[in-house]
Amino acid sequence: MVARGEYLARASDCIACHSKPGERPFAGGRPMVTPFGTLYSPNISPDRDTGIGAWTADEFYKMMHTGRSRSGELLYPAMPFTAYTKMSRTDVDAIFAYLKTVPAIRQPNRPHALRFPYNDRKLLLGWRALYFTEGEYQPNPAKSKEWNRGAYLAEGPGHCSMCHTPINALGGSSRSAAYEGGLIPMQDWYAPSLTSNREAGLGEWSIEEISDLLQAGVSERGAVYGPMAEVVHNSLQYMSDADIRAMAVYLKDLPGSTPPASSHAQDAEALRLNPLGKKIYANQCASCHGTRGEGRGRDFPPLAGNQSIQMDSPVNPIRMVLNGGYPPGTLRNPRPYGMPPFAQDLSDEEVAAVVTYIRTTWGNRGTPITDRDVNALRSAPLD
Amino acid sequence: MTVKAMRDRILRAVFAFSLCSFASATFAQTSSVTLPDSIDTRVMACTGCHGARGEGSHDDYYPRLAGKPAGYLYNQLAAFRNGQRKYAPMTYLLEYLPDSYLHEMAQYFAAQQPPFPKMPTPTASPQVMALGKKLTNEGDKARDIPACIACHGASLTGVSPNIPGLLGLRAKYISAQLGASRYGARGSDHPNCMQKITHRMTDSDIAAVSAWLSSLPEPLSPAPATEGSLPLALTCGTGEPK
Repeated sequence: MVARGEYLARASDCIACHSKPGERPFAGGRPMVTPFGTLYSPNISPDRDTGIGAWTADEFYKMMHTGRSRSGELLYPAMPFTAYTKMSRTDVDAIFAYLKTVPAIRQPNRPHALRFPYNDRKLLLGWRALYFTEGEYQPNPAKSKEWNRGAYLAEGPGHCSMCHTPINALGGSSRSAAYEGGLIPMQDWYAPSLTSNREAGLGEWSIEEISDLLQAGVSERGAVYGPMAEVVHNSLQYMSDADIRAMAVYLKDLPGSTPPASSHAQDAEALRLNPLGKKIYANQCASCHGTRGEGRGRDFPPLAGNQSIQMDSPVNPIRMVLNGGYPPGTLRNPRPYGMPPFAQDLSDEEVAAVVTYIRTTWGNRGTPITDRDVNALRSAPLD
Repeated sequence: MTVKAMRDRILRAVFAFSLCSFASATFAQTSSVTLPDSIDTRVMACTGCHGARGEGSHDDYYPRLAGKPAGYLYNQLAAFRNGQRKYAPMTYLLEYLPDSYLHEMAQYFAAQQPPFPKMPTPTASPQVMALGKKLTNEGDKARDIPACIACHGASLTGVSPNIPGLLGLRAKYISAQLGASRYGARGSDHPNCMQKITHRMTDSDIAAVSAWLSSLPEPLSPAPATEGSLPLALTCGTGEPK
């Protein structure tokens, strides 16, 4: 049961929020900056006074299932209880059994620093009425066992929709826009659509490619970066082949609803910037991404036909050019290739030119961007 | 042109076009990318700033990595990754990389021996340079500041495995590191030997020693001194790489 609990705790990525980077796991205290103020995650190590050492399995399940703390207080939805409510009692019990075995760390919880009126938890009643449905996952009898396993993992422990469903001004996720992608508040990364939409989603990806991306962090179509690198590093790389495949099968089957974007390749701005962009591409990018943006296998992601470059929101390609990045080192890919940062070498205009070039060339149908778009992301958070 | 040749040409064009239209596994065979699968290629995210072989760059703050002892380089990579050294762009690059890979990167740069760059001549006054020379070679006994050479080697190329060389670095970089050490933004394993020393150094000491070190010529041999070849002035070094 403990081993199963460890596996499920990883699938749920508890450690990401309930640990401060570089410090002891599960002691909490990680600041989470939100548009409403800063939340500090609680200690979930088994310390009796400051952690969950005195909790019972019933209390733990109730918290995970209802989004209320042990004392009955409403939890802020930074805790993904809207997803964890879908987990089975057996699975939640296993996580609790595992958490009881990790080293107990004495570290009192830090109070949240939320602005008025968000510091009033009563407001959460309204939020919950709009965005929270309590209840365990109900299998869809029309779908395969594998599909249902994938749906359970993605919607429950995996809490994918926390980032991949657009978040509105109230910090809620609308079910009608499920998995259509959205800007992650405060982090300045865009979580792409996971629907089967061919322009932005996973429509053209094979099950193997989706599985590779989730488990190894790299695939023939692209690599993970930004917040998703953390998810693969902490969580998905440890999942079994069967579970990864099940999630891929489920994600691949999500219905698409966004209409394809029209081609903007002939915009005047693109025409103006593309000669400079082409020159920079040839000098700085082509040695890895290829003269035709074709990349090379899992080493160097292709840019031609790559959805994350053509999406309406250009923040991801701009940030990749500015900050570079290594995909996570994983069990399947412990020595990833890395993208160099160019923030120190290229001006706003040059970054705008090369990003416009890759968004509008080789049949890519993204929109041109401006030096202002680039400048706004130079100060984007790196942690 | 024969019909067959024409047909072949059209087929080739159609094939090429379909390749351009779909970024797919097919590219694995047809990629124009010729970079070898090697550690050189895998550290290209580093070499944009630190130079193709880790020789450093014209920017004051991207230091030479080449030839520094592997244990030292690994400790720095781990310190950036774990947040003991504070520089967000480095932490961001290394955040999710395993120890084994950081060791491999460290060993790669430790083994490089590119020529030393020509440093700008320091503009410091003769008095400042004299103080820098004295601190480097003799230290200041009255204030319990050991000489640089007492730990970093007589030729200042560092000591294996964990003590860095101090040559081929720009004055502004050295000064920034000594300042960061003093204020705790450049951590290492405890006890933090260098911080004890930087606490005793004044701003003028730091400016002087930085200017002097950056003015020194290329060493006869760039290799760090071997482990144990030097009785260290302080026995609180970084110890084994974590």
